[in-house]
Amino acid sequence: MIGRKKKQQAVQVPAAERGQNAVRDVPRPEPQRTVTRFGHGSRVPGWDDAADLTKDPAEIPDPATTPVDAALRAEIEAHMAKYPDFRSAAIPALAAAQRHHGWCSPEAIEQAACIMRLTPGYLSAVATFYDMLETQPVGKHRVYICTNISCSLCGADELMARMLQEVGDDPDFNVRSFECLGACDIAPMASVNDIYVGPVSLEDVPVLVEQIRAGTPPLPGKQLHLRRCVDPGAAS
Amino acid sequence: MSHTILFENIDEPGLNTIDVYRRRGGYEQLRRVLSTMAPEQVTEELMASGLRGRGGAGFPSGKKISFIPKVNVDKYLVCNADESEPGTFKDRELMQKSPHMLLEGMVIAAYAAGATKSFIYIRGEYVEQADIIDAAIVQAREAGFIGENILGSGFDLSLVLHRGAGAYICGEETGLLDSLEGKRGNPRLKPPFPANQGLYQGPTVINNVETLATMPHIIAMGGAEYAKIGTETSAGTKLVSVSGNVRNPGNYEIELGIPSREIIFGLAGGPPEGREVKLWFPGGSSSPVLEPKDLDLPYDFGSLQEAGSMLGSGAIIVVDDSVPVVDVALKLAKFYRHESCGKCTPCREGTRWTVSMLERVDSGLATPMDLDIMASVQEQIIGNCLCVLGDAMAMPIGSMVKKFRAEFESHIEEARLRNPYGGAEPDPDPVLIQGAASA
Ligand SMILES: Cc1cc2nc3c(=O)[nH]c(=O)nc-3n(C[C@H](O)[C@H](O)[C@H](O)COP(=O)(O)O)c2cc1C
Ligand code: SF4
Ligand code: FES
Repeated sequence: MIGRKKKQQAVQVPAAERGQNAVRDVPRPEPQRTVTRFGHGSRVPGWDDAADLTKDPAEIPDPATTPVDAALRAEIEAHMAKYPDFRSAAIPALAAAQRHHGWCSPEAIEQAACIMRLTPGYLSAVATFYDMLETQPVGKHRVYICTNISCSLCGADELMARMLQEVGDDPDFNVRSFECLGACDIAPMASVNDIYVGPVSLEDVPVLVEQIRAGTPPLPGKQLHLRRCVDPGAAS
Repeated sequence: MSHTILFENIDEPGLNTIDVYRRRGGYEQLRRVLSTMAPEQVTEELMASGLRGRGGAGFPSGKKISFIPKVNVDKYLVCNADESEPGTFKDRELMQKSPHMLLEGMVIAAYAAGATKSFIYIRGEYVEQADIIDAAIVQAREAGFIGENILGSGFDLSLVLHRGAGAYICGEETGLLDSLEGKRGNPRLKPPFPANQGLYQGPTVINNVETLATMPHIIAMGGAEYAKIGTETSAGTKLVSVSGNVRNPGNYEIELGIPSREIIFGLAGGPPEGREVKLWFPGGSSSPVLEPKDLDLPYDFGSLQEAGSMLGSGAIIVVDDSVPVVDVALKLAKFYRHESCGKCTPCREGTRWTVSMLERVDSGLATPMDLDIMASVQEQIIGNCLCVLGDAMAMPIGSMVKKFRAEFESHIEEARLRNPYGGAEPDPDPVLIQGAASA
């Protein structure tokens, strides 16, 4: 077998181009995200490139040239005030910026960095670490389907496939397979715009997708908060 | 006799509001602690109770608080509500239904440790639960149970709910601290341990939700009385999350030391009709798997450890005989590959190569020798990393390869017959030395 398999090269998208794609042009992300590998198997792009020492690192954005929505500014500043060290607000600030912009776009990061007086690089480093911070444009309806062990024992992989098929290439949907969402008792389950529902059967999928499109509560009879504790000792 | 401590009244409507919680005797223990007990006495009660951490490591909780140096600097209490260990969902139920129990426990623990600032780090996916806790914090603050000069005792405590954004590694205590400081959630090199240098370099106690929620009950019944529940080394009750191939998945509160069979079959109803237990994880996906013959083990810290596994977070995942063990291993390995923070080479590369090797087992290209390589990769991960995420993959995968080797081998053979050459056309003109053709 040696020598026949083509070596696969990581596709490197320059950061500048990434932000400019309209949602529709972006190839649908693989449901299970794998970490992109660059030269030498590194997770960091530019491993093979010499650093450009003539270029300054991106600086803290200038408030005079970085317009920020007042509500976003107020929200981020409120988060910063809660902590002994303002940098602790990095995740809440990025989450707020993501809510405003739809994803952690370069502008979103720039604006958060401007308010927090941090470099965009600092916040990009944070944003790329966490699954819920989107560093690519995504649809506005979040459907996280747990495909971890307990759920997949109960048919989560089929559910994921069915969901992808039902949603098709609707750009408004952000269907992702997720790691254990902490609700294995309602497996197979999904978090639909932050509401946990389950067990989701394959027949529920068209109904659920319709409800999401219509903006009505997802599977109202199957939401997690309705579930009573199963422990017989807990019956009060 | 069965004991229901944490789950007593759990489904009472409105228990998440302060009024109902107080009607059920809520915050009375806090009042007693602040008015009649010194911090050292609280720590002593916790030590006497034999309470061990419910988050995974099982470290004695009273002892952990006693490690906090008595120096005059800002000290912190952090509640670990990241709950991302696959199979675990007990903290979710507690926080959703009885958030004030957690808050009361936190104030008691902070008082014992001398902490004046506290945080709850909740995973970002738990939006409903976080909103419930936020509301509970507002109520508790208005009622004077959190804030300055709590109940006139002169003790101050601030509390901030911090929402994460989806990363399993932020459940690891030092990864959590870095994440809470606004960085990537990479674990830190230990020592120094968080008790000496934790959040913002100050002394920090980190406890799981269930651990903290148990504290008011320990104060109520007295440490010695609590220690009578359970076994000698595993005191008290434990919430177990049972999931996977069982009829009644869910959270059950059990007395530590009862036979595992009673939990899996008695409470959770066992596997579906006509199927048998093939393997089970006693303490979340990170615990080495056990077989049906281990079902009679007492469910406590010591017994599971002796059997080569661990109680971990108390999440039992049952896998029945209709599921190929290779699929389970691959699912797990992919999870750890995805969640490895990438800081240490054995974990970052080991998880990746384990996935590749397991895919190879499924592809028809593997030979039984691959299993030996896979086992040796697991051995080289264990103990060679900054945190135990690497071990958390290596231990269960290693145990599966060891205990189900025959099944792995037959899987390899079946895949080879089904898919010779891994699906590729046999090369009519094989080039054996790489690059020789172009040279
Ligand atoms: C990879 C990894 C993930 C962890 N995830 C969690 C978690 O989600 N929740 C938790 O309470 N503890 C988790 N822990 C355990 C914590 O590091 C720590 O031991 C625990 O929060 C201490 O609290 P306790 O003494 O109350 O158990 C994790 C540990 C590791 C190594
Ligand atoms: S063992 Fe893995 S997850 Fe833990 S610090 Fe090292 S690379 Fe990160
Ligand atoms: S495995 Fe799906 S929620 Fe836990």
